Amino acid sequence: MTHADAVARAAATPGQPQPYAELGLTGAEYARIRQTLRRRPTGAELALYSVMWSEHCSYKSSKVHLRQLAAKTPPSAALLAGVGHNAGVVDIGQGYAATFKIESHNHPSYVEPHHGAATGVGGIVRDILAMGARPVAVLDALRFGPATAPDTARVLTGVVSGISWYGNCLGLPNIGGELDFDRCYAGNPLVNALCVGVLRHGDLQIAAASGPGNKVILFGSATGPDGVGGASVLASAAFSAAGESAKRPSVQVGDPFGEKLLVECCVELYAAGLVAGIQDLGAAGVACATTELAAAGTGGMRIRLDAVPLRDPTLGPADILMSESQERMMAVVEPAKVGRFLAVCAKWDVRAAVIGEVTDTGRLVMSWHGEVVVDIPPASAADGPVYHRPAKRGADTDALAADDPASLPRPGHGDDLRQALLALAGSPGLADTRWVTEQYDRYVRGDTVLAMPEDAGLIRVDEETGLGVAVTTDGNGRYCRLDPYLGTQLALSEAYRNVAATGARPLAVTNCLNFGSPEDPAVMWQFAEAVRGLADGCAALGVPVTGGNVSLYNQTGPAAIHPTPVIGVLGVHDDVRLRLRIRFPDGKATIVLLGRTEPEFGGSAWAHVIHGHLGGRPPQPALDAERRLAGLLAAAAAESLLAAAHDLSDGGLAIALAESCLRGGTGCRVRLPGDPFTCLFSESAARAIVAVRPGERDALAALAAAHGVPSQVLGSVGGDSLDVEDCFVIPLAELAAVHTRTLPALFG
Amino acid sequence: MRIGVITFPGSLDDRDAARAVRLAGAEPVPLWHADRDLRGVDAVILPGGFSYGDYLRCGAIARFAPVMSELVPAARSGLPVLGICNGFQILCEAHLLPGALTRNAGLRFITRDVRLAVENNRTAWTGAYQPGERITVPLKSGQGAYAADPGTLADLQAAGRVVVRYADGNPNGSAGGIAGVCGAEGNVVGVMPHPEHAVSELTGPTADGLGFFASAVAAVAR
Repeated sequence: MTHADAVARAAATPGQPQPYAELGLTGAEYARIRQTLRRRPTGAELALYSVMWSEHCSYKSSKVHLRQLAAKTPPSAALLAGVGHNAGVVDIGQGYAATFKIESHNHPSYVEPHHGAATGVGGIVRDILAMGARPVAVLDALRFGPATAPDTARVLTGVVSGISWYGNCLGLPNIGGELDFDRCYAGNPLVNALCVGVLRHGDLQIAAASGPGNKVILFGSATGPDGVGGASVLASAAFSAAGESAKRPSVQVGDPFGEKLLVECCVELYAAGLVAGIQDLGAAGVACATTELAAAGTGGMRIRLDAVPLRDPTLGPADILMSESQERMMAVVEPAKVGRFLAVCAKWDVRAAVIGEVTDTGRLVMSWHGEVVVDIPPASAADGPVYHRPAKRGADTDALAADDPASLPRPGHGDDLRQALLALAGSPGLADTRWVTEQYDRYVRGDTVLAMPEDAGLIRVDEETGLGVAVTTDGNGRYCRLDPYLGTQLALSEAYRNVAATGARPLAVTNCLNFGSPEDPAVMWQFAEAVRGLADGCAALGVPVTGGNVSLYNQTGPAAIHPTPVIGVLGVHDDVRLRLRIRFPDGKATIVLLGRTEPEFGGSAWAHVIHGHLGGRPPQPALDAERRLAGLLAAAAAESLLAAAHDLSDGGLAIALAESCLRGGTGCRVRLPGDPFTCLFSESAARAIVAVRPGERDALAALAAAHGVPSQVLGSVGGDSLDVEDCFVIPLAELAAVHTRTLPALFG
Repeated sequence: MRIGVITFPGSLDDRDAARAVRLAGAEPVPLWHADRDLRGVDAVILPGGFSYGDYLRCGAIARFAPVMSELVPAARSGLPVLGICNGFQILCEAHLLPGALTRNAGLRFITRDVRLAVENNRTAWTGAYQPGERITVPLKSGQGAYAADPGTLADLQAAGRVVVRYADGNPNGSAGGIAGVCGAEGNVVGVMPHPEHAVSELTGPTADGLGFFASAVAAVAR
């Protein structure tokens, strides 16, 4: 047994030096703890505050900006639980609700790619589970350093194998995501995992410990030394070249089988009405779960830390509080239901232990073999400090904006345009992602209607009615580097448009904000601008932000990543049988371009791939036009006017046509309605191509006019080549070879 | 007509197998790994997944589950049994089928829609197909490479016990491109690809897999 630093001893030894700096606390933060407790903290209390006040758990640098997401969010009758819960919950009709959230596991995935990425999936799944939902799908947004860099092969193959292993073994279909490469992510890969869950309205759970006398039960895996200090040390500090090896042991190891049992166990506990409050254990483990449950509930809790089942008997109270062992949950249960609760756990071979109870004392009190080692007001740890960090527009921002891509040489005639299209289609960020996605199970559970490379994933919720949810994620670091406000709105626009392109109605937004160090004023300015852009964008589109995650310190030395907010949008599909796919159909259909094209090349895939150029202004977001386009696509899908739809984004019309041709193996013949280069490679927002069913051309034109969406007939589907009249012809076999060979050539 | 679907801890495609049974016109009956009880069903499916996490050899723990002590003798007495993916692995571990499933040739998990040739339509699970018929169903596995010693492979071939074979290339390095085999009596079948994920064009590549379940319904009715 470890001898603990008890409260009584702390009171008697005020001058004892404590390692607050090593635990990531500043002198001012340490002083604030002493002031709150009116004594020095015990070792366990210091550990608890250090993880709770880490950037990762407390959002201390970001909170002042994030407030506007809720403040500017339009009132939405669909929102059943919003920001501040484990995940947001929206009403999708017919008595169902959906919950979704995206979270980063960037730093662990660089240090130990396989387990770092795997436990990222596990963590976000438990967030969804804690809302009372059954998790039904995952997506992952991945960004790596240059595709040809040797370290990228190490990180990417490990990350993909980790997601594949954990998600497949857990039995959740992986239905979409992103894959991109850029120099700025070398050493700081972005691994963002999104999970979607579905529940009946009545099953919504809350993370609060209410009702004095109710029991606190820790269930799931036993607690080990995994990731002790991960949140405070790993996710809240920039990497330095020398520090990497010292941080290696902080990455947790996942057990997807344990998580699968935990999921089934929780779903059965909810159905039997045995849970009064529940919280998942993620970063900061027991410390976070107890303080947050207590702070959100009656206000007090008594915990016996020596009752926590351990995998390593040498752990002391501070280790137990900080441990990030995976696959654990904490529930609050009425005393009369404890027996039935434990019986359900036993049925699923899930270890469970009563470790304490709810009190009305307003204090979170924890004991260790009879001695009190923690005695704090829980809100003091749960709320944490708030910083107004200095923010200043980066010194190079104006120079970047002035470096307009208009000065870049453009392809002049047909053969140059053809070469440019092939170069883009084969570039790592736009190439066929099958090397990655074939490692994920997209079929399990049997409700996957759409999965990558479709514009959004689509999961059937009700087999009788056809109700479903569509989800996607989008981000564009290049646009955000040029202008974080506009770039974030473009990411939001693209996700919104992608959901709409399946025929679904966009309903809610989640976000994962990946940035460099908040201690750099230029990064803080990027962050503030991005959040402001997101809040204004959501207000304009009429979709609420339901939750999200902030990942700071994505930085090695002075070089921060591009500001990379990754935006997830969830939509509802009234009848998934009417879903739209990107593939051009076998039969006859007319290809129509929806939306307006301007010469916009700042941050474009063309400038990046062909010229390695990043400068100018990103495309102008067109939020009102996005809304009208989404309305048109939903109406056209409901009236069965369309045989295909595909949004236009990276690589513009050129890449959209190529992807729609390759998906079904059916070519097309189109005539461009203006300057060929602009038509093919501009990345103007609020655009999509659709394949209109025979005989419905006039109906679509009328519907587009009614929605105020410009529409132009480009040509028709058919043949076995991508044929752009007066420009070039690319046989699909040649296009497919270029598109598919890139990733296997790089990663084996 | 009642067809049981066993749920082991870590079974994942039990829900899909039950749906396929329902679409084929039979009643799916959930069977629990810890119960020594087949609840009087007319046929049994061992679904895909990662039983017990497959942290040991795939299927090696599941074969010792209490329900298996009922299933093995029933299978030997003629009960139609279908093992899909992890279920196939369990049937091999339980010695109801010969051979073993080993890691894919590429050492990575593969999800891919594969074309299969139905070579034996005289089993309890393939009667609805024509001999030589081509069907497309999803394959999704990390340890799907069928392996057996040369004598066993020759015996399987000679006895017509190769039920389905990969028809367009060999995705995982299976011996002889074997995707599924049956026991000597044809009532026990194991397949690596997933017919239960191909029961509707909305959620699968095709509805080609429905024939497995319709076959069992017809076989039991006879």
